[in-house]
Amino acid sequence: MPFWTIVYALLFYAATALLIGGLAYKIRKYATTPAPLKIPTTPAPVTRQGVVLRMFREVAFFESLFRSNKWIWLFGYLFHFGLFLVLARHLRYFTYPVWTWVELIQPFGKYAAFAMVAGLAGLWARRVLVDRVRYISALSDHLMLALLMAIALTGLSMDYLTHTDIVSLKAFFLGLMYFNWHPLPEDPLLMVHLGLVATLMIIFPVSKLLHAPGVFFSPTRNQVDNPREQRHLAPWAAELEK
Amino acid sequence: MADFDIPELKEYPVIPTIHEGVMAHSKPFVAKDEFQKQLGFPGELIDNWQQVAIDKMGELTGKYRSLAVFLDACVKCGACTDKCHYYLGTSDPKNMPVARQDLYRKVYRRYYTFAGKYFPKLVGATDLTKEVLDDWYSYFHQCSQCRRCSVFCPYGIDTAEISMAAREVMDCVGVGQKYCNEIIGKVYKIGNNLGLPEAALADTLEGLEEDIEDDTGVKVRLPLDEKGAEVLVVTPSADFFAEPHVDGLMGYAKVFHEAGISWTLSSYASEAANFGMFIGSYENMRKVSLRIREAALDLGVKRIIFGECGHAWRVAYSFLNTLAGPFDFLDPKYPVPQHIMEFTYDLIQRKAITLDKSANDDMVLTYHDSCNVARASRMGPMPGGQFILPREVIKASCNHFYDMPQDTIHDATYCCGGGGGLLTDDLMEIRVKGALPRMEALKYVVETYGVTHMAAICAICKSQFTKVLPYYGFKMDSIVSVHQLVSNAIVLGKKQ
Repeated sequence: MPFWTIVYALLFYAATALLIGGLAYKIRKYATTPAPLKIPTTPAPVTRQGVVLRMFREVAFFESLFRSNKWIWLFGYLFHFGLFLVLARHLRYFTYPVWTWVELIQPFGKYAAFAMVAGLAGLWARRVLVDRVRYISALSDHLMLALLMAIALTGLSMDYLTHTDIVSLKAFFLGLMYFNWHPLPEDPLLMVHLGLVATLMIIFPVSKLLHAPGVFFSPTRNQVDNPREQRHLAPWAAELEK
Repeated sequence: MADFDIPELKEYPVIPTIHEGVMAHSKPFVAKDEFQKQLGFPGELIDNWQQVAIDKMGELTGKYRSLAVFLDACVKCGACTDKCHYYLGTSDPKNMPVARQDLYRKVYRRYYTFAGKYFPKLVGATDLTKEVLDDWYSYFHQCSQCRRCSVFCPYGIDTAEISMAAREVMDCVGVGQKYCNEIIGKVYKIGNNLGLPEAALADTLEGLEEDIEDDTGVKVRLPLDEKGAEVLVVTPSADFFAEPHVDGLMGYAKVFHEAGISWTLSSYASEAANFGMFIGSYENMRKVSLRIREAALDLGVKRIIFGECGHAWRVAYSFLNTLAGPFDFLDPKYPVPQHIMEFTYDLIQRKAITLDKSANDDMVLTYHDSCNVARASRMGPMPGGQFILPREVIKASCNHFYDMPQDTIHDATYCCGGGGGLLTDDLMEIRVKGALPRMEALKYVVETYGVTHMAAICAICKSQFTKVLPYYGFKMDSIVSVHQLVSNAIVLGKKQ
């Protein structure tokens, strides 16, 4: 096997392990840490189904952010929805035969990358131009945008400037998945793109990207408003009653 | 009038540009040895405070999911940066919710996260130094735990949770706030925040009975420690003598009188407010709450009803069942606890009391949604009932009512500026500045609709506005209790 194929194969195995392991660790921690008091931000749903609906609106439409700030909502939504379509489109490199719904969104997925870039640019501009947001930004906040922007731009370049050997690439990833390695096409743009994606996967569980699993565990959003009807008691609080 | 600049009320709310450090000098008095010890905290800054604080932070992250999630999830999007009344009133960037959280988060990251341990500069993590602790003391006492930021955060991050944790950590290393801790001590010793002993309380209530009789010619009782009464009323102790609170208390008495339901106050649990929440101490909050359970058992009541109080209603509605439940010894027909507004609203709906709206014709009213009622509790069976019930009771009691602008009411309401343990004279500057957004909204309805009075259902709001309204050119008595309006309008003797 060529040297770079081995390097990238190991890199993606490691990145996948760290992403899944790290997220599993974090999600386990969120799930097992008790929420001793009922603290939903009210008005809150009074039933479990209501909470599911509230969470869905939050995750699918960024409801609170929309109320909060239309610019952040617009840029954030462009980026996230673009990212969602782009990721979905990329499933074609990991599935054989390609799933029908992935085929169907292919045309949208290709242009979604532009939405991603536009959203990222808007968010980055706010970070620089709005004094309040500039004040709260750390170096890592800028680097995160730079990383995502670089991933989007290298990806777009391979689509619209220089085409990469997509058939070999798919063989490489399917090979990784079924432990039957195939060589990685040594296209510099592709290698940068993949290297950045692996970096993103590795830092995901130790960065603010934890907002993705975190939102589902946020007690202000996921609790049912029923404290009078149902007594809510954390295990460590129950100890105090002994 | 003040040794600081009072913000100017603008025609339209303006988001200020940041001015670093302009409120760094604002610090409440530190609790003395005696006040710390009665709550189980060290009397002064302990020698190994850093290690104790860091350990405590770890312990809290393991006990509260809110903290574990909120400390990780913030993406610094900036949505909350213009939502805090203290930022809008001071322009100090550390009063932006995310920046306030970051005071805590940067230390948490340094000691408890991979990125902060190995790349502190990159993620803005810092060691816990004396300077950081001083910053904490200053800025975590410029948060009224009103939860407005939490409404607008895409992940629901609630700065109140972080403020409570920070105050708990500070208490544990010996740096507590005098106002809160002294008051909690008074509840343990005497039964209420004001330190009003039983005899004085009985005297006061008797005086109020006389006042009502002089005023109306009807004997309306305000019973204390009466065993076998149907309802235990727990109300903030400010209701016993502060204006306009006491007018509200007389209103409750008249409502009970007309409803023909026996009730009693308790000298042992003569306080609805629970400052244990302000300092983030579950143990102290529980200890204060248990007094209400004990009083209810001792007096043999069937129901518990809370008076007009904001944070108290949060603890009562959301936490009481957890902290001091289960209340299976009470009448299961009624929620435990109930709010006086639910009680009065129900009587109005059933036409069991008669209200003469014209009694309040000298006022044009608006209503201030108290933060913790609006965003941390409910009234009635439906979500949002906490906005509907008080307004319906007001509208049933008066002819002229107008709401303030939409983005300043309901769950977007602005805090009065004095909540969360800040209602103390040593924090006057932040209290006045923090009231700015509410004052602007009030000015709007005063100029547009000729509003003369603002009603509220929180003891802190009422005290805060009484003090702060004059700074902005309003009259101090333009703040009224909702049950004061009921008290004015209720027709006594109808039901006899």
